[in-house]
Amino acid sequence: MVAGSRPTSCRNYRCWIERLNHITESKTLKFALEKTTEDMEQQIIRETFHLVSKRDENVCNFLEGGLLIGGSDNKLIYRHYATLYFVFCVDSSESELGILDLIQVFVETLDKCFENVCELDLIFHVDKVHNILAEMVMGGMVLETNMNEIITQVDAQNKMEKSEEATLGMRVSFVTVYSIAR
Amino acid sequence: MPAPIRLRELIRTIRTARTQAEEREMIQKESAAIRSSFREEDNTYRCRNVAKLLYMHMLGYPAHFGQLECLKLIASQKFTDKRIGYLGAMLLLDERQDVHLLMTNCIKNDLNHSTQYVQGLALCTLGCMGSSEMCRDLAGEVEKLLKTSNSYLRKKAALCAVHVIRKVPELMEMFLPATKNLLSEKNHGVLHTSVVLLTEMCERSPDMLSHFRKLVPQLVRILKNLIMSGYSPEHDVSGISDPFLQVRILRLLRILGKGDDDSSEAMNDILAQVATNTETSKNVGNAILYETVLTIMDIKSESGLRVLAINILGRFLLNNDKNIRYVALTSLLKTVQTDHNAVQRHRSTIVDCLKDLDVSIKRRAMELSFALVNGNNIRGMMKELLYFLDSCDPEFKADCASGIFLAAEKYAPSKRWHIDTIMRVLTTAGSYVRDDCVPNLIQLITNSVEMHAYTVQRLYKALLDDISQQPFVQVSSWCIGEYGDLLVSGQCEEEDPIQVTEDEVLDVLEGLLASNLSSPVTRGYALTAVMKLSTRLSSVNRIKKVVSIYGSSIDVELQQRAVEYNALFKKYDHMRCALLERMPIMEKAAANGPTETVQTNGEAEPAGLEPKHPPTIIQPANQANDLLDLLGGNDVVPVISTAPAMKPASAGGELLDLLGGLSLSAPTPAPPIPMSQPPFLLDGLSSQPLFNDIATGIPPMTAYNKNGLKIDFTFERSNTNPNIAIITIHAANSTEAEMTNFVFQAAVPKTFQLQLLSPSSSIIPALNQGPVTQVIKVLNPQKQQLRMRIKLTYNHKGSPVQDLAEVNNFPPQSWQ
Repeated sequence: MVAGSRPTSCRNYRCWIERLNHITESKTLKFALEKTTEDMEQQIIRETFHLVSKRDENVCNFLEGGLLIGGSDNKLIYRHYATLYFVFCVDSSESELGILDLIQVFVETLDKCFENVCELDLIFHVDKVHNILAEMVMGGMVLETNMNEIITQVDAQNKMEKSEEATLGMRVSFVTVYSIAR
Repeated sequence: MPAPIRLRELIRTIRTARTQAEEREMIQKESAAIRSSFREEDNTYRCRNVAKLLYMHMLGYPAHFGQLECLKLIASQKFTDKRIGYLGAMLLLDERQDVHLLMTNCIKNDLNHSTQYVQGLALCTLGCMGSSEMCRDLAGEVEKLLKTSNSYLRKKAALCAVHVIRKVPELMEMFLPATKNLLSEKNHGVLHTSVVLLTEMCERSPDMLSHFRKLVPQLVRILKNLIMSGYSPEHDVSGISDPFLQVRILRLLRILGKGDDDSSEAMNDILAQVATNTETSKNVGNAILYETVLTIMDIKSESGLRVLAINILGRFLLNNDKNIRYVALTSLLKTVQTDHNAVQRHRSTIVDCLKDLDVSIKRRAMELSFALVNGNNIRGMMKELLYFLDSCDPEFKADCASGIFLAAEKYAPSKRWHIDTIMRVLTTAGSYVRDDCVPNLIQLITNSVEMHAYTVQRLYKALLDDISQQPFVQVSSWCIGEYGDLLVSGQCEEEDPIQVTEDEVLDVLEGLLASNLSSPVTRGYALTAVMKLSTRLSSVNRIKKVVSIYGSSIDVELQQRAVEYNALFKKYDHMRCALLERMPIMEKAAANGPTETVQTNGEAEPAGLEPKHPPTIIQPANQANDLLDLLGGNDVVPVISTAPAMKPASAGGELLDLLGGLSLSAPTPAPPIPMSQPPFLLDGLSSQPLFNDIATGIPPMTAYNKNGLKIDFTFERSNTNPNIAIITIHAANSTEAEMTNFVFQAAVPKTFQLQLLSPSSSIIPALNQGPVTQVIKVLNPQKQQLRMRIKLTYNHKGSPVQDLAEVNNFPPQSWQ
């Protein structure tokens, strides 16, 4: 496995394709999704990676869909940031230029959440990325596009998690302190 | 058991693996550890294990054993557990697994949880992967949450409702009351999702659509506020206030305004405002403009607005950003049908896009260019398109070539230009041309009589250069075969005639036959061409030799042809000239009539069927009749086709049949000649009189009476075969203008067989002055009720008229 390019790019495709497959309304894709096995999902990821990484810098960011992603109604819209490609698979009910902006908002949100996000952040905090995405896109439809709103919600939920952990932790440290004091 | 490693550790370990095999090993080890941990029902570390499992699933390794664990996590009280559990459910479960139904109860409880984030998680999961059963059970809860005042929950509930509606459309009514107040929300998130919900409802049901039309003023108001509100830091994206919401509202307006005048009028102002005020320097502004343009084109907007929209698209085309050009071309393609003239203004920009490097843009520009070609700009456009054909990728060449042929056919300013263009296409993209182009081209060449010499000369010259492109070679060899005498005699007015000797011509053709580059089909063409030249050139001996060589060729098709031609030389030499005469002008096949067995003439050449193999000798009906005459002794009414449907079918078969005595079966992939034809024809060839003049008492009927054209059927029974009914049609014209080019076609159900004989005339004189008659013979072996579909085409007062009709009122005696 080549360090860096494979897992990260894969993971990004994974998130987007996996989530955003639902964006496509076409029955064919849902069908395809219902029948997809892990192998097929991996194949979709690999194909997409091939298609997108071959693209030149100054061509347009839209790729027509092949059979794998459910036919010609679906498009792949991608943006290239440093070493990462963020790919969204959408159908004709979404505005193509709007999705480009959405990708931008998403990346900026990640940036704010992780403080100058870099590839490693995304690799090691997969679950956090999923959580952020869940605040933005739900069931394949765009939920919230206001960056501050998203960040507020995500922070609040993280706080909840931390407080649960802290209750556990506090008990332990209390015991320790007690024993030393003795 | 030691505490399972954290997710981070796992990721770090996996990243150190250097090969695929190492990675697999690590994953397997960890998988095993996780599995044993699950078996021990360890509550504390379950969430950590599931997180790791999800990571492994993401890399592509099996993770199905974690599905139940996800459920256990969801049922737990801790938020952390629930979070990972729901995430796992969304990633690992879907409708195919029965396990997912077990979640229903958990989700139900969580939808009523005290913490909004837990409710949010439940809504999210239901909205992503809820099956129809789950949706049905939980729709009530979702609807309740849609009415809550908590905006965080409200927006999630709205999207969840969309998912429910998609899965179970019958539940749409349930959400209707909740939508009343949705648009009065201040929170943009809720507004956004509400608009999505409304859009979904309107798309699904026309009743909802009319119901929601009254919301148009409200939507317009919201949009206006967004534009006029100035800088608002919350929703600002690159200087524009909440563009996502603007785009969504525009889309909904589009759906609401489509086909409805009042709504469209209400929107006109705001659309004009958006179109003129939006800043176009960034992608954001362009996204809004694009959506506005699409909306303007779809609703019933006034023409000024439409022109504005197309001008915006034109401006997009000049933009440097590829994406913008791409969307502009796509939209122009959609609008070119309706607003043709406006799009024409941007033709030069579009043609420039043909030279772009980007494949998607090139394809769209090509399609759009073809749509824009008309009689005025054909020469200029064709130059550009030919240049494009030269330089484009192979994947475009076939489409481009077909497009060029179509355009040339429709708008060619002169025959010579047309032929030049075709040759240019053949020589540059000859191998990408579609197979059905070859017969079309041949027919075109035949029809331009004065250009024969010029054509054959140019084709010959091009053939000397390159023989690798099969369609081109096929057309060329056919032409040389037909017009070789013109080539050799050097009579060409259009160009300087070249000096070609007979031997050179035969050299070229023999070269084609022998070359490895030629496909079997091409060889067939070449051999036939050689044979035809035997009547046109004088080196007959050489030709005889060539033909006899191929009599022992391995290729069966070639062998068959050679043997037959040999026979022509030996036994039937007296017929050779007649057979190999110049082809008459072929007319384009009339469009196919009704679907069932269509036979427009008595010959076994059904109209419009594509030949699977190229023609051996194209046998027009005239020559067949000459042949019959030569064979002597038939008093058959010659079955000349009424609608000459001359596609070069493999009439070689019929020729053989008629010549009798010669070998073999027709070439196998012949067009589906109904096998019953030979007996039918033989029926007719029998020496008994065909028509039984004794009236058998079947009453006549009127089959068609419209627009002044009246068609009556009279019936007789044939006395050779009681199953055959002979119908004579009488077509009369009661209008003041005559009807010319009258063509009558008929089709019957499959259990019948039909034979049409020739009409008395193709012009029906006006004012009932003399009906045109035509005889139809119908064979009805199963004595079923006769039904017929007829198609009539004629020219009346200068314009072509076409009509289809069903004839069902046949008197029972006609088919019993």
